[in-house]
Amino acid sequence: MKKSIIPGALTMVACAAASAGAATLDDVKARGKLNCGTNTGLVGFAAPDANGDWQGFDVAVCRAVAAAVLGDSSAVEFVPTTGKTRFTALASGEIDMLVRNTTWTFSRDVDLKFTFVGVNYYDGQGFMVPKALGVSSAKELDGATVCIQTGTTTELNLADFFRVNNISYEPVPIETNEQAQQQYLAGACDVYTTDASGLAATRATFEDPSAHVVLPEIISKEPLGPLVRHGDDEWADIVRWTLNALIAAEEYGVTSANIDELTATVTTNPEVNRLLGTEGALGGMLGLSPDWAVKAIKAGGNYGELFEKYIGQNTPIGLARGLNAQWTDGGLMYAPPFR
Amino acid sequence: MSDAPSHDTAFVRDAMLPPAPAPASSVGPLGWLRRNLFSSWLNAALTLLSLALVAWLLAAVLPWIVHSSWTASSLSECRAQIKEAYGPEASGACWAVIRERWAQLIFGFYPSELYWRPILAFGIALGGMAPVLFPGFPRKVLYLSGAAPFLVPWLLWGGTVWLPVAVALGFVLGYAAFRLVTPFGGAILGTIAAALVPVMWWFWLAGPASGQLQAVLPLGIEPVSSRSFGGFMLSITIGVTAITLSLPFGILLALGRQSRMLIVKSICVGVIEFVRGVPLITLLFVAWLLLNYFMPPDTNFDIVLRVIIMVTLFASAYVAEVIRGGLAALPRGQYEAADALGLDYWKAQRLIIMPQALKISIPGIVSTFIGVFKDTTLVSIIGLLDPVGFSNSIRADVNWNGIVWELYGFIAALFFVFCFSMSRYSMYLERRLRTEHR
Repeated sequence: MKKSIIPGALTMVACAAASAGAATLDDVKARGKLNCGTNTGLVGFAAPDANGDWQGFDVAVCRAVAAAVLGDSSAVEFVPTTGKTRFTALASGEIDMLVRNTTWTFSRDVDLKFTFVGVNYYDGQGFMVPKALGVSSAKELDGATVCIQTGTTTELNLADFFRVNNISYEPVPIETNEQAQQQYLAGACDVYTTDASGLAATRATFEDPSAHVVLPEIISKEPLGPLVRHGDDEWADIVRWTLNALIAAEEYGVTSANIDELTATVTTNPEVNRLLGTEGALGGMLGLSPDWAVKAIKAGGNYGELFEKYIGQNTPIGLARGLNAQWTDGGLMYAPPFR
Repeated sequence: MSDAPSHDTAFVRDAMLPPAPAPASSVGPLGWLRRNLFSSWLNAALTLLSLALVAWLLAAVLPWIVHSSWTASSLSECRAQIKEAYGPEASGACWAVIRERWAQLIFGFYPSELYWRPILAFGIALGGMAPVLFPGFPRKVLYLSGAAPFLVPWLLWGGTVWLPVAVALGFVLGYAAFRLVTPFGGAILGTIAAALVPVMWWFWLAGPASGQLQAVLPLGIEPVSSRSFGGFMLSITIGVTAITLSLPFGILLALGRQSRMLIVKSICVGVIEFVRGVPLITLLFVAWLLLNYFMPPDTNFDIVLRVIIMVTLFASAYVAEVIRGGLAALPRGQYEAADALGLDYWKAQRLIIMPQALKISIPGIVSTFIGVFKDTTLVSIIGLLDPVGFSNSIRADVNWNGIVWELYGFIAALFFVFCFSMSRYSMYLERRLRTEHR
């Protein structure tokens, strides 16, 4: 008899939590602030600047959603989460959405009961080696020592890759990226492996970046995107279509520079009109104002502008668009139609 | 016969020799050197070896510290400036990151125009602790000690002034309940009432009452949420609260563990053994995750408060065991003497047992406190940005990515100041309380 009480209580708590989370939009509006889970610090994706304002590619998604929902891109309470606390923070309702370069996987979507609303960055695991090693392909890394962050999917991908190619390696476990940088530069390992975006950011900090090469092999798929709790489809729609609005805006040439002009008059492109709310009532269907997408795009710019501002070729990180180009340019960024 | 000098003795000196100064080799700096550093061949060799080691270390570290840049705005600019100033081979510290971010490392995200509040709170906390720590202070400062526990959180978190007033009122109510109930119900019922009344007041009435008062007479300062806390401010807030609360809780737990009352004893043993049996990180995860699940939805139980409770629990368990060691070290005669004098339990503890037991336990208590203060950096694991966590966030800025030693050096230096002062204070306290062998 006693045994059944505890699961019962847990179920009740879970139900209560679910019912509380059912109307996230109302909660956010009542609070006047969006609680957005983000990274405690990841170069290019989330970091506080000297004034304490969070900046970055992931952070920009939070700001866009806050602008779409509340009309104010600064109405965000950023909750820094670690790899260990991010999912419980979302599940327990501490945050309304999570944008923390989180890989969309089956088990996270299905088993942990989250809804991934899209992908804001297609990443993949790569290798970096010193040029002096004379290696041009990851398949030549037989017997190498590899610096690898423990407890991440990168560790498993690495084991898979070396097993498939039937070559051996010696892992050097490290805890954080900065530790990896130190170990790698000190020569404790021949190879450093993590997401390609992380490798680029790390390489950019070296005194002599040209002495290190990122190998061409990408050994895993890491679609990184924002996620919300299961069970509140209205809220998931808002986050999903805010992200889609940023991507579509780039496709249709809507930028933070020309958006006022495009909104002032009804343009000849009906898709742009529907996106910007000058035609149709898409905002109302989401429960938002008609100009929700205008506010979201004005928060920081369209997807391409955000990319260039935080991680693109002109930043020290210098990532190429690659997979993250628009589908019209051979990439994977493809927003469903706004109609 | 008597007044004639004896001529048997060849010579008798009739004036004392003036004292000669000690040989130059045994006084002054030279003597000190001989006594302390070169007293034997082995010691001389060790001295030279140590000097060589120190010189080697300084030669390696000093150029790095001195050949530095204070004005750059990014790591690459730092490197360029250092190369320009000290030659292409020079490598130096980029202290510019500290210049740009020191305020964040100390105050976190606290609004910069309100920095005076944590500074004032820190000053009040120091002032409140002073008369407790040092006997030379005027007793009137004790009023500040009494007010500090209410003033400091109010300054840090802001909000209505009536909430700390309402909380303070809880203690007054408890005292009143004790005075009212004791004449009718005896000491035990009085103690129970003194514990129950304030707890009920705090849980159910203090919040609405302060809300009402605020509605009638709005008095308050701008509220700052716990999310804005960070850096050393967070460490000190958690550390100082946990340290000051864990001493009384630790004493109570230690006494409870020695109690002859079965229930009290089992509860205390259970708490101590459970808390000591799990790592602090586990407790922090409980604070972050489980409490969130178990609380009713929409309760906003402050994360910093949750962490403070957990760290206090952790420190109390350790302090309790240190004090139990002090209690066990007292000869039985002391307990018996207290009984023989006819003192009741609390008087015996207060006048005879505790002063001696605490004195024995000082080094252990202080090292527990230092450990707790340093353990506050563990909160970075649950996403709170203490100095160590913040150093990671600063490193995530594109401009400062790749900077390690400068940030850690700054953090280590500040931690050293706090921990070293604590250990010095404990030595001072031991000297002051050394009464038996004077």
